[in-house]
Amino acid sequence: MADAADRPTDKTAAPAADTALDESGEPGLERQNAFSRALRAMEVDTRLLGMIAALLVIWIAFDLLTGGRFLTPRNLFNLSVQTASVAVMATGMVFVITARHIDLSVGSLLGVIAMVMGLLQAEILPEYLGFNHPLTWVITVAVGVAMGAVIGAMQGFVIGYLAVPAFIVTLGGLLVWRGAAWFVTEGRTVAPLDGTFMLFGGGVAGTLGEMLSWVVAVIAVAVIVYAALQDRRRRQIFQFPLKPVWAEWTNIGLLAVMVLGFTLVMNLYPVPQRAAQRIAEAEGIPIPPEGFDWMHGIAIPVVFVAIVAVIMTLVSKRTKFGRYVFAMGGNPQAAELSGIDTKKMTMLIFMVMGILCALSAVIASARLQSAANDLGTLDELRVIAAAVIGGTSLAGGVGTIYGAILGALVMQSLQSGMALVGVNTSLQSIVIGLVLVLAVYVDHIYRSRSSD
Amino acid sequence: MNAHPVPRDYTLDDFAGQTPLVEMRGINVAFGGVKAVNDVDCTLFPGEVVGLLGHNGAGKSTLIKVLSGAYHMNSGEIYIRGGKVNIQNARDAREYNVETIYQTLELADNLDAASNLFLGRELTTPVGALDDVKMEAETREVMGRLNPNFRKFSAPVSALSGGQRQSVAIARAVYFNAKILIMDEPTAALGVQETAMVADLIRKLKSEGIGIFLISHDIHDVFELADRLTVMKNGRLVGTVKTKDVSEDDVLGMIILGKYPEHLLEPVPA
Repeated sequence: MADAADRPTDKTAAPAADTALDESGEPGLERQNAFSRALRAMEVDTRLLGMIAALLVIWIAFDLLTGGRFLTPRNLFNLSVQTASVAVMATGMVFVITARHIDLSVGSLLGVIAMVMGLLQAEILPEYLGFNHPLTWVITVAVGVAMGAVIGAMQGFVIGYLAVPAFIVTLGGLLVWRGAAWFVTEGRTVAPLDGTFMLFGGGVAGTLGEMLSWVVAVIAVAVIVYAALQDRRRRQIFQFPLKPVWAEWTNIGLLAVMVLGFTLVMNLYPVPQRAAQRIAEAEGIPIPPEGFDWMHGIAIPVVFVAIVAVIMTLVSKRTKFGRYVFAMGGNPQAAELSGIDTKKMTMLIFMVMGILCALSAVIASARLQSAANDLGTLDELRVIAAAVIGGTSLAGGVGTIYGAILGALVMQSLQSGMALVGVNTSLQSIVIGLVLVLAVYVDHIYRSRSSD
Repeated sequence: MNAHPVPRDYTLDDFAGQTPLVEMRGINVAFGGVKAVNDVDCTLFPGEVVGLLGHNGAGKSTLIKVLSGAYHMNSGEIYIRGGKVNIQNARDAREYNVETIYQTLELADNLDAASNLFLGRELTTPVGALDDVKMEAETREVMGRLNPNFRKFSAPVSALSGGQRQSVAIARAVYFNAKILIMDEPTAALGVQETAMVADLIRKLKSEGIGIFLISHDIHDVFELADRLTVMKNGRLVGTVKTKDVSEDDVLGMIILGKYPEHLLEPVPA
């Protein structure tokens, strides 16, 4: 009886055809070549491969066009720092869009939070603590994060409980918070910021340095290996099908090579002598006669992105909250009937988005070493584009954190590459706009193919 | 409309002395001025399937949604295992082990079978993280019982056939210890063989002592599966009969004309 039901009985049941015994529900093995068989054994997301391929094409093309100035440690370092702010917000946008909402207010939210944090650390706190007090940055960031959480929750409340569409609420937010950013100082740019705070911007001083970069990289690799083996062990206990051992180690190996390779490249970008001397003087390190051989290493905002990415990935895959975000996107009615409090979920999703906007505000204002009321203008579009290029479906229910970060990197690579080639800004916008549309179209094709 | 009074429910004689799993008494539901359900009684005993029949708009879905917590009744009483209950929402219904499988199969298409099965009631590790491996193991176990050929544990349910999706929906009810199962048009979207599979499942659940309300348009299905039939027309109860006492024509007469089968009016057949 039951096996009969696994065979197609009508058109709607066709997807199950001849795959009744196949775990992944993909067409028979013999029809595929060795490469795709290997990919399947490794359980690699083919979309991810496509994005990495696209990224490599973009990088190599720009490297050729600029006569080798694109793929240099220096440019890649700058690229990683420039991507950070949008990447952090894009991880939150994945949740928002996956739950079938949208947030158009993130750029303005970033702006107003950056202004308040700027005013706080440059003008209010010094009155009580003096300049560059070690607590200044802590209080500033805490206030910024609290502000992001409150504003996000407010918007989420209106969307979830009062049932005003997210598009309208956050479109309102886009105007409200940009206006509010101006009012903080009546349009005056705030500077200088706190010294420690500015490290989050990833300037010359805002990096881990050579030694610490390697330490972080090795810890990251250890965590990757541990997590993979732990997962495997759990599946073994329940005697579930496992990836072949070679596939497991290839995956681990590839990830490890990426982490170590990135670290190596960052460690090949030397700190300019004058900057090194300035830092040495500030920290009271004697200047050696032959000069400094300091390297940048991984920028602090990139570490920030990595931490946010890991946390957001864990939230999306390993918590009820994440599971409910995806369930709401897949079928809001089913989520509701399963007893999920979708109103509260909506509020929390926007609250998380607000917190991430605050973290991005830290990175963006620290990078510019000042807070101006137009900070983050048009960021909402960059963030949404990054999430969508990274495979988040506007129809809801589908999206990954790593995809969004890669999406942010693709966008930033195009922008920096074109700037390096000398393409004028208007043309840059045109290209990025077209790429966005193309990316969504390609994604659509991919999905409609892979779903039957 | 309903000229003759509802005949005495002779089908209850078989259950003399037993406590019904569900007893709904004098249920009234009105939407605005429209009486969707008008003074309806029905009962369900352990290990039986009661078919709820009627045209569209006869009130059968409304009646049953009162039990599943989706609608509120204006008056009436519901007893579960002899105790009076107050069901305000879907969560309350679950507390009483009432599980509903909706016509539209409320599954999140983008999630896999295990995630759907445990949606809203996830298993977690001691630190509060989702225990996906445990959930998959439990899903494999319960699916192994219901549909041993089911293998697509890692695919999103959108990749499953109608019958497979239905078995996930049923597994969800079974896993969480449904004692009272409401199935609203469980075979409406299925092909012939899949319908047969669901029928098989229903028999299996019945043999485990679960009481099932089966709502369906398809008289054939219901005839094959139900022990008793409760028929409604225009919000009122036409009557309850034993499936083996009636022909399909008798039941059509009840559904279309609201006419209780003559031969079941006194005297009760031996």
